[in-house]
Amino acid sequence: MDWQSFLAMGGYAAFVWPSYALVLIVLIANAVIPHRRERALRERIARRTTGNRR
Amino acid sequence: MNLVWFHKLGSPKYFYALALRLTPWLGGLSFVLLALGLYWGLVVAPPDYQQGESYRIIFVHVPSAWMSMFTWMFMAFCGLLVLVWRMKVAASLMRAAAPLGASFTFLALVTGSLWGKPMWGAYWVWDARLTSELILLFLYLGFMALQSAIEQREAAGRAGAVLALVGVINIPIIHFSVEWWNTLHQGATITKFDSPSMPVEMLLPLLVSAAGFMAYFATVVLKRARCDILEGQAASGWVREWATPAATDHRNP
Repeated sequence: MDWQSFLAMGGYAAFVWPSYALVLIVLIANAVIPHRRERALRERIARRTTGNRR
Repeated sequence: MNLVWFHKLGSPKYFYALALRLTPWLGGLSFVLLALGLYWGLVVAPPDYQQGESYRIIFVHVPSAWMSMFTWMFMAFCGLLVLVWRMKVAASLMRAAAPLGASFTFLALVTGSLWGKPMWGAYWVWDARLTSELILLFLYLGFMALQSAIEQREAAGRAGAVLALVGVINIPIIHFSVEWWNTLHQGATITKFDSPSMPVEMLLPLLVSAAGFMAYFATVVLKRARCDILEGQAASGWVREWATPAATDHRNP
């Protein structure tokens, strides 16, 4: 594959690549945010639970 | 008819355990399908005879647009379950879907305008398809604002359910806008009562990418619903038992 012509996208690089980049950024962010939120929630619940027992 | 499975799904505890088991598989599936679909679309599919390489935006634009409409219909269906059966799990799923729907709508609008500039000569026109899709974005944002404005969870769920059911009227308007009004946006090529007017070398990567978006939606909606269920059930026995350190290490996914 010829990288240069692939990256140039037939002159439409300024439209094709930002589209794909934005989609990937938004999809990854949407997957990472709930992952972190659930971990934080779990830690909070665990802290409270063990705290109650003492 | 045996409805035990339905009652089981309605139990937050059972649903949480099921979601915990399903998400890694769905996540893996969506990764594989998206990687395959986007590679196929960007590298393997032939250029368009008229639009050249610019048409490759279709492999992210069309799945985003489909999912933006599917997500609202999913929320309306959950809303029905909330209003009829007061199903807490359905309210969690409905709330979980809203930010995803807003993201898909945002992506459909932005990738569409990045495609519109080289092909139509304008990033934005006040055309029926584009305007009704923009209204969908505002509906999602309104739904999310409504959820954060009402403190009481059950009341927020019911108010959201009503909004989801009323807002579903916008979905056929978006879909048929290209037929009902004179628009710049092209008509349906795949979701019509005729065979799709698209060569198979382009149609297949589009369908794989769309399947990837759907699997991604399922993964993330379950993940978000898990958080919502934990928040709502934090005081109940099963969550506290599950969260104790002895239990967490072997149940961590």
